[in-house]
Amino acid sequence: MKRIGLDVGSTTVKCVVLDEKQNIVWSAYRRHMSQISLKTAELIAQVSGAFRGEIMSLSVTGSAGMGMASDLDIPFVQEVYATRAAVNSLCPGTDTVIELGGEDAKILFLTDGLEVRMNGSCAGGTGAFIDQMATLMNITPTELNDLAARAEKTYTIASRCGVFAKSDIQPLINQGARKPDIAASILYAVVNQTIGGLAQGRPIAGRVLYLGGPLTFFSQLRAAFDKTLGLEGLCPENSLYFAALGSALCGQKSGFDLERLQARIKDYASSEGYVSAPPLFKSEDDYNAFSMRHYHDSDSLGYTEDPAAPMLLGIDAGSTTVKAVVCDEAGRIFDTMYKPNSGNPVPMIRDYLTGLYSRYPELNIVSSAVTGYGEDIIRNAFRVDNGIVETVAHFTAAKKFRPDVDFIIDIGGQDIKCFKIRNNAIDNIFLNEACSSGCGSFLQTFAGALGYDIKDFARLGFFAKKPVDLGSRCTVFMNSSVKQAQKDGATVDCISAGLSISVVKNALYKVIRCASAAELGDHIVVQGGTFMNDAVLRAFELEVGKDVIRPRLAGMMGAYGAALYAGEHRPDSGKSSVLTPEELGQFTHSVRTVNCGGCGNNCQLTVNTFSGGRRFIAGNRCDKPVRTARAREEYNMYAFKTQLLEAYRKNERHEGRRSVGIPMCLNMYELLPFWHRLFTELGFDVIVSPPSDRKLFISGQHTIPSDTVCFPAKLAHGHIEHLLRENVDAIFYPCMSYNVDEGRGDNHFNCPVVAYYPEVIRCNVGELKGRRFIYDFFGLHNPDYFPKRFLEMLNREFGGFTLKEVRRASRLAYEEYNGHMAKIREKAREYMDLAKEKGLPVIVLVGRPYHVDPEVNHGIDKLICSLGCVLVTEDGVNLNTPRFRTGVLNQWTYHARLYNAAKYVAQTEDDVNLVQLVSFGCGVDAVTTDETRSIVESGGKIYTQIKIDEVTNTGAAKIRLRSLMAALGK
Amino acid sequence: MDYAEFTPEMKKTHTILAPDIFPIHMKLLQKVFHQYGFNMEVMRRAGKPVLDTGLKYIHNDMCYPAICTCGQLLDAVQSGDYDPRRVALIHFQTGGGCRASNYIKLLRKALKNMGMDYIPVISINFMGMEKHSGFNITVPMVYKAFISLLYGDLLMLLYNQVRPYEAVTGTCDAVLEKWVRDLTDGFVKNQGLIGKAVQRNMDAIAADFHNVERVEKKLIKAGIVGEIYVKYAPFGNNGLEAFLRSQDVEYMVPGVLGFFQYSLYSPVMDNRLYGDSPQKAMVSKIAMRAMKHMEGMLLKAVAPYPEFTAPSRFEEFLKLAEKVTDLGVKMGEGWCLPAEMAELIEKGYENIVCTQPFGCLPNHIVGKGVVRHVKEVYPQANICQVDYDPGASRVNQENRIKLMLAVARENMEAKAASSERETVTA
Repeated sequence: MKRIGLDVGSTTVKCVVLDEKQNIVWSAYRRHMSQISLKTAELIAQVSGAFRGEIMSLSVTGSAGMGMASDLDIPFVQEVYATRAAVNSLCPGTDTVIELGGEDAKILFLTDGLEVRMNGSCAGGTGAFIDQMATLMNITPTELNDLAARAEKTYTIASRCGVFAKSDIQPLINQGARKPDIAASILYAVVNQTIGGLAQGRPIAGRVLYLGGPLTFFSQLRAAFDKTLGLEGLCPENSLYFAALGSALCGQKSGFDLERLQARIKDYASSEGYVSAPPLFKSEDDYNAFSMRHYHDSDSLGYTEDPAAPMLLGIDAGSTTVKAVVCDEAGRIFDTMYKPNSGNPVPMIRDYLTGLYSRYPELNIVSSAVTGYGEDIIRNAFRVDNGIVETVAHFTAAKKFRPDVDFIIDIGGQDIKCFKIRNNAIDNIFLNEACSSGCGSFLQTFAGALGYDIKDFARLGFFAKKPVDLGSRCTVFMNSSVKQAQKDGATVDCISAGLSISVVKNALYKVIRCASAAELGDHIVVQGGTFMNDAVLRAFELEVGKDVIRPRLAGMMGAYGAALYAGEHRPDSGKSSVLTPEELGQFTHSVRTVNCGGCGNNCQLTVNTFSGGRRFIAGNRCDKPVRTARAREEYNMYAFKTQLLEAYRKNERHEGRRSVGIPMCLNMYELLPFWHRLFTELGFDVIVSPPSDRKLFISGQHTIPSDTVCFPAKLAHGHIEHLLRENVDAIFYPCMSYNVDEGRGDNHFNCPVVAYYPEVIRCNVGELKGRRFIYDFFGLHNPDYFPKRFLEMLNREFGGFTLKEVRRASRLAYEEYNGHMAKIREKAREYMDLAKEKGLPVIVLVGRPYHVDPEVNHGIDKLICSLGCVLVTEDGVNLNTPRFRTGVLNQWTYHARLYNAAKYVAQTEDDVNLVQLVSFGCGVDAVTTDETRSIVESGGKIYTQIKIDEVTNTGAAKIRLRSLMAALGK
Repeated sequence: MDYAEFTPEMKKTHTILAPDIFPIHMKLLQKVFHQYGFNMEVMRRAGKPVLDTGLKYIHNDMCYPAICTCGQLLDAVQSGDYDPRRVALIHFQTGGGCRASNYIKLLRKALKNMGMDYIPVISINFMGMEKHSGFNITVPMVYKAFISLLYGDLLMLLYNQVRPYEAVTGTCDAVLEKWVRDLTDGFVKNQGLIGKAVQRNMDAIAADFHNVERVEKKLIKAGIVGEIYVKYAPFGNNGLEAFLRSQDVEYMVPGVLGFFQYSLYSPVMDNRLYGDSPQKAMVSKIAMRAMKHMEGMLLKAVAPYPEFTAPSRFEEFLKLAEKVTDLGVKMGEGWCLPAEMAELIEKGYENIVCTQPFGCLPNHIVGKGVVRHVKEVYPQANICQVDYDPGASRVNQENRIKLMLAVARENMEAKAASSERETVTA
């Protein structure tokens, strides 16, 4: 009897037929476009056509096939299990299998006990990721592969999740980086994601097999794996069909009548068992009334056709689209442009202006402004008069349509921006965190994946009877929710409506985090390209239970706002400095990359040179390479704290002394002075790991067991890895349930991650075996007790210590620590006084001690200082306010500091504001952020939060900070 | 006091709403509260509306159990099924360094946003963290509460071991139902909670399960460990137990008593490691003696029947913990979780589902962080880690478990084959 193996994956169906001798006699590979049962039935029909009348066994594998198989009573084999069976049979001796699929990534370790790693619920797709990135670059995936072959260098792109990677790539595109380099960087991101996210502590070595679509189709991806792993993997024949083959091999012996089976699958439509939301529109009439209402939203908008009038030019160089508006001084529209940003906004603006000038030779532009991600490059390239932050642009435009607007929500291709307006100023800003960005472009990519144009796709959802309820989480989750819904029989129209609804829910509950629609405001203006989509607009109105205004220019509000802003901020000359037609005719643009080398960051700079010698440099994390001669003095406590700690990193070695290595991670950023002094006094040489950098992180990446733990914790692995290479007698990294007690909270815990990360290190860094790794549990809150415990440890590990000497050493260590903290508080006082004296604004940057690590904060401290602020840290001011009752359980020392610092800011009259740094994945901050916000706001101040991860893009942070400055009237 | 208080008068007027955390146990515990005049009701609400309410009022990055359990309570409050002026909410508070200690305050915050901050929120904790004049827990009441949990552990233990093999489907369900009914009927009358009656009941329960007619078959044996909520609550783990049942698996879920013993042990460790309060450590030791007595009753009931796998004594449990982790790890499930893995593996439940709520901080350490080490200590372990989340799809979760089961089946067959070979050579 022949055997059929059917592999129903997230995006494709694979089918093989094996004869009695296990030869493949038939095979097929199809994209199923979510029509799983239909495509499966088609394949079965083809098999049955090719082998008329034969009875064959059949078994199904693949995540998307699970539901169908169980409903139709077809044997099912788990896909990893199937793959392994095929590998054992076809490529015996294989050690490791790397299989990438549409949305799954897997590593199978076959030797030394089977171990399987599948991507978790927070690790974006792979094939789908490459598709998405190709779409972003406006090329096909195959072209992406071809481009990558010509790469000269690669950029660092976040490897954890597709959304993050996207926000790394976008600036590269905007900054004009070479396409082949970006393409290669994307493939390397996939490699890093696979290795970092999945291998988790197990080295990939030996005979490696590459399976699945992306690894079969993209030679450069294989090359990237080979290069990174330092080996040559094999992509075997039939690499697409291994799971299908395996399921055929594992299949049971019972035979199926193919013709009847095909009919059964065709008839099969699993019960519509998914959770659904109410339909968007009940009827055609309903929709018409809705359209009419929004038509009148823009009644205040005028148009002009007089090219001779003085004109204002506004440009919005967004992440996925480029927009421009030309209007007269009264704001009447003369001309507009809206184009997808196919990688580089410069030529698009050049073409637009050239066309404009040639159509209207008499055009007289009196002022201009640019906003958006590409603000800097466009401003430099075309000598635009003003550059403004996006939030200000959108507010300016919204006022035109609704002077009493009190809430604006803008959903663009990649970002969500919302802000509240109070007293005619931007009061509160919400930007999407890296994890839920990409909403608009997500819709588009999804439409594309299902084979639809975005417009048609949205329209499909209007009258869907049972829209899929996909929840309000990151888009990566939505992918699998959609998969689930498809399994449950959701049709494309219901998925379309469901996606629109989830975009809205994401904005409301993830970004704005509102509890009820009432708190948004009464006069809501919605804008951004995504709201041009009627399905999204309708979903929003239904969700907030209010009618909102969508200006006709909804997709161009940034550009329009920029134009209006330009009208209010005209150059003194009375004529815009924007390039003249002649200058435009000679416009040139060249790009080259250099390494900065100005400091330890070693930023890769992209230098854009334009005709006339104007230059624009991108990729810098500080203003060092672009600074003009007049250097401004910086008042930066992050720099001060770094300096203080640096003094403990002399790493001197003395003949005959024992040495102990300390990893500079997490709580060591505060306790290093303590441990350093303690060990030094006890006769040890202390060797401290170097400052974190990318290389250090990557060196420890393979031992990280949890891909969702916060980035500062992940860095610990790199530091340990470094110390393993140092010649030290012991590595010391203690577990600490409790932190020091500053008397400001209900308790003085460390968070679980800080408390027990040494335990994770012990369990996962294999190389520590045979090394002396000291990870005892110590607490510093009982100075009398501590020396006893420490002595126990010393004598267990080394022997020959007395309580007396340990007591003496620990007394000095406590002194050292207290002195260190006193210096920080002293510096804070000094800066506060200085700011007052010089009239400088102060930003109290609240976070945790380890946020001082430049690899963690990505230079946000420097960004704040570059805006002319004095930067003070939470541990410098927290003791200025007494203990008070918080709305949350105040039980962690580091977090108690946040509340006290916030209280201090709230109570200080002066120009002192707070910015909170939050590490992505920090669970404790889910508690602290809301509380810190409410404390700050109780003082009538604006709360600003910056979420940081391994992503190095500081664009969003910049917008936040600039908006804050704008709101403060700077 | 800056929160709404549960006053003595409210005992008569108010319904106390509790989240459903341990399905069998909560049914029993509820009646202990009734006996003391507290009208406690366990919320069985589930599904999307509960999650939506949770997501709406609880910070989205908060751990999944917070969203589920607080969502259950808040959904009940706004459902219209209760007069909001006549309800109070109750929740557990561990008082440890984990975020879960904040549930009480999160509930209050949510109620404030809903405009219902007059609703009292009561905390059940060991640390004396919150006070309410109308809700004073006495030592006898705590004792009885633990006895009810002990019954729960025993019922769960035996039900899970017998049901997969029952000859007549439904027999075990009937035994379980009967006992829950009999016990709760007794509790209200203050019967079966103290003295010899407890042991008598427990012996009878064990005998009843022993008497269930069984068929011989070889099933995969799996254990469920994890964060305390998603480990037990079907709402939290997408019906994990039902799924395992559908896959023909005999599963063991370690009892809740172990978790409480672990929690009680923490002041002892704090005293030893950090020199913290010897008084608290003393109180703990006394309480643990009582627990040890309870543990003894359960073991005694099971002892006559060698076919039942009994849980470890606490002293053994500590030793198991030290094989795979350190007793200083005390936040969230702390060392209890790896210790349960070790216990299950040593008792023959080598296939383990480790349930972890997405964003659970302690699980980075004692869940994901420890698995590699557990496998080094126990090479036969077959552990799959499953994340639970408002957005996680069941397909992915079940798919992961299916892989674990496929490997388990293979291991089982290999073992059977090798023992067959041995028999032949012998």
